[in-house]
Amino acid sequence: MSGGQLPRWVDYGLIPFLNLAAAFLVSGLVVILIGENPIDAVKVLIWGSLGYTEGFGYTLFYATNFIFTGLAVAVAFHAGLFNIGGEGQAYLGGLGVAIACLALDHYVPWYVTLPFAILGSALMGAAWAFIPAWLQATRGSHVVITTIMFNFIAASLMVYLLNGFLKKPGSMQNETRTFEDGGRLPFLNDIFPSFGFGFAPVNLALFVALAACVLVWLLIWRTKLGFEIRSFGANATAAVYAGISPVRITVVTMLISGGLAGMMAINEIMGSQHRLLIDFVTGYGFVGIAVALMGRAHPVGILLASILFGMLYQGGAELSFEMPNLTRDMIIVIQGLVILFAGALEHMFRPAIAQFFMPARPKTAQEA
Amino acid sequence: MSETPAIELRKINKSFGAVHANKDIDLVVKKGSIHGIIGENGAGKSTLMSILYGFYQADTGDILVNGNKVTISDSKAAIGMGIGMVHQHFMLVDNFTVLENVVLGAEDSALLAGGLNRARSELHRLETEYELRVDPEAITGELPVGLQQRVEILKALYRSAEVLILDEPTGVLTPAEADHLFKILEVLKNEGKTILLITHKLREIMAATDMVSVMRRGEMVATRETKNTSMEELAELMVGRSVLLRVDKKPAEPKAPVLEVENLTVTDSRGVEVVKDVSFKVHEGEIVGIAGVSGNGQSELLETLSGIRRATRGTLKINGETIDLANRAPDAADMRAKSMGHVPEDRHRMGLINSFAEYENSILGYHRDPAYSKGLLLDLPAIKKNAVDEIEKYDIRPPNPMLKTANFSGGNQQKVVLAREIERDPNILLVGQPTRGVDIGAIEFIHKRLIELRDAGKGILLVSVELDEIRGLSDRVLVMFDGKVVGERGADAEESDLGLLMAGIEDNKIAVEGDVQ
Amino acid sequence: MFETLILTLDSTVRLSTPLLLACLAGLYSERSGIVDIGLEGKMLGAAFGAGAVAYITGNAWIGLMAGIAVSIGLALIHGFASITNRGNQIVSGVAINFLAAGLTALLGQTWFSQGGRTPSLQGDGRFRDIVLPGAEQVRDVPIIGPIYAELLSGHNILVYAAFVAVPVTWWVLFRTRFGLRLRAVGENPAAVDTAGISVTWLRYRAVIACGILCGLAGSYLSIAQSAGFIKDMTAGKGFIALAALIFAKWRPASAMFACLLFGFLDATAIRMQGQEVPGIGEIPVQFFQALPYILTVILLAGFIGKAIPPKAAGIPYLKERS
Repeated sequence: MSGGQLPRWVDYGLIPFLNLAAAFLVSGLVVILIGENPIDAVKVLIWGSLGYTEGFGYTLFYATNFIFTGLAVAVAFHAGLFNIGGEGQAYLGGLGVAIACLALDHYVPWYVTLPFAILGSALMGAAWAFIPAWLQATRGSHVVITTIMFNFIAASLMVYLLNGFLKKPGSMQNETRTFEDGGRLPFLNDIFPSFGFGFAPVNLALFVALAACVLVWLLIWRTKLGFEIRSFGANATAAVYAGISPVRITVVTMLISGGLAGMMAINEIMGSQHRLLIDFVTGYGFVGIAVALMGRAHPVGILLASILFGMLYQGGAELSFEMPNLTRDMIIVIQGLVILFAGALEHMFRPAIAQFFMPARPKTAQEA
Repeated sequence: MSETPAIELRKINKSFGAVHANKDIDLVVKKGSIHGIIGENGAGKSTLMSILYGFYQADTGDILVNGNKVTISDSKAAIGMGIGMVHQHFMLVDNFTVLENVVLGAEDSALLAGGLNRARSELHRLETEYELRVDPEAITGELPVGLQQRVEILKALYRSAEVLILDEPTGVLTPAEADHLFKILEVLKNEGKTILLITHKLREIMAATDMVSVMRRGEMVATRETKNTSMEELAELMVGRSVLLRVDKKPAEPKAPVLEVENLTVTDSRGVEVVKDVSFKVHEGEIVGIAGVSGNGQSELLETLSGIRRATRGTLKINGETIDLANRAPDAADMRAKSMGHVPEDRHRMGLINSFAEYENSILGYHRDPAYSKGLLLDLPAIKKNAVDEIEKYDIRPPNPMLKTANFSGGNQQKVVLAREIERDPNILLVGQPTRGVDIGAIEFIHKRLIELRDAGKGILLVSVELDEIRGLSDRVLVMFDGKVVGERGADAEESDLGLLMAGIEDNKIAVEGDVQ
Repeated sequence: MFETLILTLDSTVRLSTPLLLACLAGLYSERSGIVDIGLEGKMLGAAFGAGAVAYITGNAWIGLMAGIAVSIGLALIHGFASITNRGNQIVSGVAINFLAAGLTALLGQTWFSQGGRTPSLQGDGRFRDIVLPGAEQVRDVPIIGPIYAELLSGHNILVYAAFVAVPVTWWVLFRTRFGLRLRAVGENPAAVDTAGISVTWLRYRAVIACGILCGLAGSYLSIAQSAGFIKDMTAGKGFIALAALIFAKWRPASAMFACLLFGFLDATAIRMQGQEVPGIGEIPVQFFQALPYILTVILLAGFIGKAIPPKAAGIPYLKERS
């Protein structure tokens, strides 16, 4: 039936590796174009992200954001939905976190606030995904387009709110007041001082993200709902035949996806910034697409891809310090190239590799 | 008699990955003839024609057009050599006018006006010459399929096709439209065109062709003059051995009705009534067959009964419970809960998720069953055990529940579906095209299972376009035409009698009897 | 009051121009079946290319050529991913947007060291406003005078080009062979293929046309409307253009009206800032900013007509294996 499958290690190992290698090769060319030495740049990048504990702490901090947005995209992928609204959902998630923290931080310790913050971020993120999901399920308007629109609507809404009643009185900045201790997640450096994370903002949200990985794995591969989500994504007609409601699955999946995207704000707002501010999402939602693609929509893959992107973020920051010509924009270029080669061009090397692993079979040997 | 053939193929080979779709095909097509190519689904007919039309390239072999060896690298080259093709799925742009569709790819110049004008007058000429009447300004997608097919023929003629390939042209046509098509083909032949008719329907070959070539499993097994062959001989050649037309079974012992359908009307997404006021009953211990040319409402009937499609009107009585379909539409899960199994017509599109492992497919639709779940979670050990049991009982090969069903043969895929639906022990089983694209061995197995289920006192509703299958399995036969049940016959119905009904020639007397039941 | 209206409409025209060019760009691409959410990135790349080259050469026309070249380059990457490699068109569009945002800022900083900006353009480095004949003479004629002198006259060449591009696009789409095939390939590529036309080459041409128009749109921002490139200067205009394209149901004339509407909302927002509307109070500027997207979502929901995209949009073409 199928033309033949490549060995698993090729499909899940070699091909992603080649795609990534191509992306980094072109990034190297850009570095040369800027007039820097790409080998040195790689050294700085790797040292900056993994070479010392504080740097690694930053890497983990960024990776935490990517885990959430990557999982969000991946869950939707399994239902055949393309949620490109992670930006807006995460932004709104910030609102949920902020409401919980602002309401509770004076009265209770952080561990009481945390469940409310998780709930708040997930609810707000899910709410922001609900209308696109509902419109796709019932009126056929494509979720890709509507979620893009909702990203922009979210941006306007949040600016409006932060300009208005969420704004800290008397401040010039568009941001809320800073949370008290009851609204701050402990930094890992405070919990494990001996590790030496230093000023790295990596915090307890990392464990929330890891828990989310496990739960998403359970959801997709071990629950009835996950079975329905995958059925719907793989063959919508067969899903209807199996008594699975497209409306329900579309909406429920998008709610979960939006909720996961929203939870990114726990790390950023409650874990690090300790206040809600403008534009704190800045591309994490979009990069989640690349993370999900590279991780093949599997939580383990997403975890690895998140760490890679975390390294890029942290190493890139280090890079702009060491090589002032390579500004932080270089990271955006590398991200673009990774999305291009690992995502849009993911099949580029496949035919050649298939040729290599499965040379044309003898003409007479096979029966249909 | 040594006239140069219009088309000659020599030792054509074509493989897709591991599948050898065409093996050493030789074919000679005489000028000015209607040459049929017959074979079962998957015999390689469409692939061969796609090679001739330049859509695929042969791996090895020669193509001769009018005695000259040619290379057909793409459709453009084929068109240039006077070869036109009417595809099974029309190659039309729905929101274009007929005129725009006809000129697409043959526009004459960079500006459209000239080409459109030429096409308009040329269409007028073709219309009078071949009686191919279509409104050139009509929106193509809004035309009935018969007329859309005519647009396809016009497209080919507009490009001065001398050889016209028709790939399963009657699959979507009503009998009347099909007859009209054959008349058109006759006219075209008399005007000197050469026609290649691809079909899997014996009747059409006998009715319309001068020569017939038979394909089986990628090979050309025989070529006959139509007048010197018979349906029996062709059928034998197609399947490779005598077809078992009769299925061994005892007379049915129908008991109480398990499914009663009353005044069922279904409207499709275009707003057309596809099932019209249909009523019938299925009893315990009988197989009710629904015969008809495909596209006469059988598919929609099956989908509605199984809860996939919504009805506009009608009631269902299942195990005594009455459901008003207009008020409250049950979905497929509701119907399963009422002990109704469903083997769908199209297992690839509907019955299986081919990227899933066999064991996952073995609970599709039954995943909420407490036997296979624990709370929110799936009970994977129970699911896998069930899959292993079914694999053994139904002799599904390869016997590996972890394998994706995409890697199973058609017959084994169908067994996966059948096992899943039968083993849940339903009171009613809806079955659509149970043996389509299934090898002979599996056909016998499947037929036997269905009879066993009947003998266990279950009610079965069988939809099939294979008349032999309907006659072999059914205890009663309902014939559908144009969305209506136009007649009912017993197990001993004559083929010619059913054929008349399938062509829409109603006989009121029997239909009334059927209602009384 | 009338003067305010004329001024608002005048800035509507200026603000609509880049939207319109990008919207028509998307129209060519999407009508051929290639979804393009990379309009934003192509505009940004073009704006940078045009700004940089116009500064170096001091010639707006050469700058424009450079802007178009950059945009076509990015369009070809999108084409290579979505046509040749049958990749996901949305993902490819996201990648283009990232690439453009990163590269323009990075190269801008490297080459000009002004925080990602290109140096300010002087004289011929920038497209000047064109005063239509007789504009000064009729200025004082009531009603018609201001309309002609303010609204119609006094724009740069790219503004006029954008509005001329509307009937031209209509003509190309509905009166030429290329247009017929373009529309066909977006609806049913198999029909085009079996008619002996190359789906690949046709779609590449559509993507290149998209690149050219995005090039014009981006160049307008940096060398006509402003005097140089500023980091992230497109600020979502590519997405508003995309919204306008949907709002216009992929039709050229409607595209113009949609872009004028969205431009008008933008112009009104600027004018309304800090002003009280009687009975309502101050309308937040963010409301106007979000309105194009809200309107598009409402349209997509089918509450005001129905936006049905080209049938084959977003689906890579693969010859069916029968």
